[in-house]
Amino acid sequence: MTALIDIKGVRHAYDTASGPLPVLDGLEVTVEEGGFCAVVGPSGCGKSTLTRLVAGLMRPDEGEVWLHGEQVRSPRSTVGMAFQNPVLLEWRTILKNVMLPLEIVPGGLKGKAAEDRARYLLSLVGLEGFEDKRPSELSGGMRQRASLCRALVHQPEVLILDEPFGALDAFTREDLWQTMHDVKAQEPFTAILITHDLREAIFLGDQVVVLSGRPARTQYVMEVTRTTKPTIEDLYTPEAAERLNILRHQIEIAQGRAAA
Amino acid sequence: MTGTMRKITVPLIAMLVFLVLWELLVWANGWPNYKMASPSDLWPAYVRYWELFLTMGWQTLWRTVAGLLLAVIFGTAIGMVMGFSRTMRDALYPLLVGFNAIPKATVVPIVALMFVGAHDFNTVLIAFLISFFPIAVSVSIGLSTLEPEYRDILRSLGASQTTIFWKIALPKTLPEFFGALKVAVTLAFIGTNLMEIVSPHGRGLGALFDSGKTNSDYPLMFAVLIALALLGIVLYYIVVALEKIFAGWAERPVG
Repeated sequence: MTALIDIKGVRHAYDTASGPLPVLDGLEVTVEEGGFCAVVGPSGCGKSTLTRLVAGLMRPDEGEVWLHGEQVRSPRSTVGMAFQNPVLLEWRTILKNVMLPLEIVPGGLKGKAAEDRARYLLSLVGLEGFEDKRPSELSGGMRQRASLCRALVHQPEVLILDEPFGALDAFTREDLWQTMHDVKAQEPFTAILITHDLREAIFLGDQVVVLSGRPARTQYVMEVTRTTKPTIEDLYTPEAAERLNILRHQIEIAQGRAAA
Repeated sequence: MTGTMRKITVPLIAMLVFLVLWELLVWANGWPNYKMASPSDLWPAYVRYWELFLTMGWQTLWRTVAGLLLAVIFGTAIGMVMGFSRTMRDALYPLLVGFNAIPKATVVPIVALMFVGAHDFNTVLIAFLISFFPIAVSVSIGLSTLEPEYRDILRSLGASQTTIFWKIALPKTLPEFFGALKVAVTLAFIGTNLMEIVSPHGRGLGALFDSGKTNSDYPLMFAVLIALALLGIVLYYIVVALEKIFAGWAERPVG
């Protein structure tokens, strides 16, 4: 099977007042179709730049980003994005917010079919009955659920998640992790998740990539095998504790490099 | 039901209380009407000149609205240019601020000389000049402070700049726009009356005020002020109604 996301030798630097600031230097990430890749690393190491590259919102100085056998040079409608800020449009109802990508993607569902698709996804994440509410009437966790539906509504090949659960409280976050697994069981997707939370990384990812400090390169890759029906209890097993220890150690190395 | 009743009765009672206090103030001090007219002096003025109030009031109103419409069109256009281009914002901002800082009373005689006799045009021009600034600033700020994620959500799907503008930037800027429009309404009235008073051509409530001054008809002058206030209230609430229709989503439900 070919890799759905393939990032090869990517280097990138931002132009700043004090000269070029390298953020990525030799980044290698490969995600199989249906895979879930969690990316962790020290703050400011260029993780968000990575998502923008995969989404085609910017092009790397060097190296290549491939999606489904095609090199990414510009934005493509086969991508769905969710950020830490759910960025729902306040003037639309939740249902209309979820339907937004279908209005833009060429060949997207229209009319009744579009509405049915959005309603189905909302019921999948437990937002049934909130279709006609405004975003301001929902809690932070519910907004993030709606944002997730919007990212999935046009059946993207790749889901890009840039710390979507970062601003939520611990209990809501764990609820949403579980929701992610439930949704993936119904709506298969390939995902790349940027996160600061190592527990989140091993609970959701089947592959955890640790980036070094800035400029970021791929420092360590961990494969995670999991039970068929993951639950939060899986995080309290000896294997999970060992994985967390290894990852924490890798992050310390990454931070040490950043300080040096 | 009681909510709408309250919305009407509470302001009405407040206005009545204001008029009574005003009457009492004049009465208690024993002020003659050339020092300060009382509400009871105004009624005879309205009865006597009601036809003038209607025609002059209409002239002031349409010229204010025309100036305001120009301000909306021009202000929005400038705001869009400044909102989308950093260079244009850096270039235009100091110019606009400087222009706005010039007291418009000093511009009136210049405009009156520049376009001698074109009284309607001049009045509309001053109303426009005085009121476009807040609109331009609010639109530019609304557009330039659009969070990058909003743009990214649509851009990552391959949406064009035009689509992003219509789907996100424009609706997101509406609350700021209406906030500025409320300020602009009042400013446009000031502009119209400035022209009508400083360079009177016998048209508009400002001219009526001026004739009250030359004829020492003090109650008439006060009556004009109240008529202007009424027109201002009407226009302001028309804007509020439009805001409810187009940007009602920005209003948080009162807890």
